[in-house]
Amino acid sequence: MEKVNPEHLQRLIDSFAGKELYIHLETTNGSYAAHFNEGFFNAGAFIRNAQIRFELGKVVGEAPHRVGLKLPYGWVYAQGITHYELDEHGRLLMAGLDGEGKLAVALQLSETPFAY
Amino acid sequence: MAVTIEKERSVLVVFPHPDDEAFGTSGTLSKYVDMGVPVTYACLTLGEMGRNLGIPPFATRETLPEIRKKELQAAADAIGINDLRMMGFRDKTVEFEDDEKMVQLISGLIDELDPSLVISFYPGYSVHPDHEATARAVVRAVRRLPEEKRPKMYLVAFSNDTEENLGMPDIEHDVTDMLDRKIKTLKAHSSQTAWMMRDLEPALAAGNGEALERFAKERYYYYRWQEDFENSF
Repeated sequence: MEKVNPEHLQRLIDSFAGKELYIHLETTNGSYAAHFNEGFFNAGAFIRNAQIRFELGKVVGEAPHRVGLKLPYGWVYAQGITHYELDEHGRLLMAGLDGEGKLAVALQLSETPFAY
Repeated sequence: MAVTIEKERSVLVVFPHPDDEAFGTSGTLSKYVDMGVPVTYACLTLGEMGRNLGIPPFATRETLPEIRKKELQAAADAIGINDLRMMGFRDKTVEFEDDEKMVQLISGLIDELDPSLVISFYPGYSVHPDHEATARAVVRAVRRLPEEKRPKMYLVAFSNDTEENLGMPDIEHDVTDMLDRKIKTLKAHSSQTAWMMRDLEPALAAGNGEALERFAKERYYYYRWQEDFENSF
């Protein structure tokens, strides 16, 4: 993955618009957050291989970026996106890595299902 | 506190993540291997949800499992384990699997391998939800056996309230003579440990007391059946 180039990422997002897609969306503080910092409110969410189609997708803001997808009946968005890659399988992998290189958010789009 | 490493008939190790075995158990396992004790390591997931992708990133969410699979195999090789089983679950989902299925998975391994010792986590004291789900499945599977047929359990506990509630560990193995292999095992999981090993390896080589206390001693609890976390399952 490379640091986000907003113009390039925008073109990649555009290339997925209108297609039947599988999505991976994840936010996390890590399972040890409340172990190392007692009292920390550990919240996160994960969805993988839900099927979506979006009509409009945008990357917005200075780094770290926000990415939003407008669906026929709703929305998907992720904030804190720092890195991206169109991988060898043509999947658009976007991630937000914190200052230590730890993933805090991931938003991934693919025309084929992600592995389990 | 028991400090002698007893010879076992065979040992079954059950942990959910590649590297769970490295920190607190790999020295002990190397000792069993050298004693000729058969060791089976059932690793439930490939740590697919690991957060450390590095600066600059060395992996993506999608390539991490393959990297960690290779690391797990290298770690097993470093310990000397030749029966490594990757059980195919997904990181952070173990607690959401069907609980009965998980118990039967463990029961199946116990039936097949007839271990005299099972090493896993202590339910209620192992912090990560996957650790806790694994620990519950292990205790439930052992509980279903008649008392005289139950293997011993050495359980790893490290939540912040462990000593307050369980007291001092029941077993402490000095694995100083296995530190080279333990370091090799830890380094095998480099996607998870590279940052830590940069400081730890020189500290261990220099005989740093704190580092040796943490890594040259491996500590376990027996399960407190009299304070079982549930009456039955």
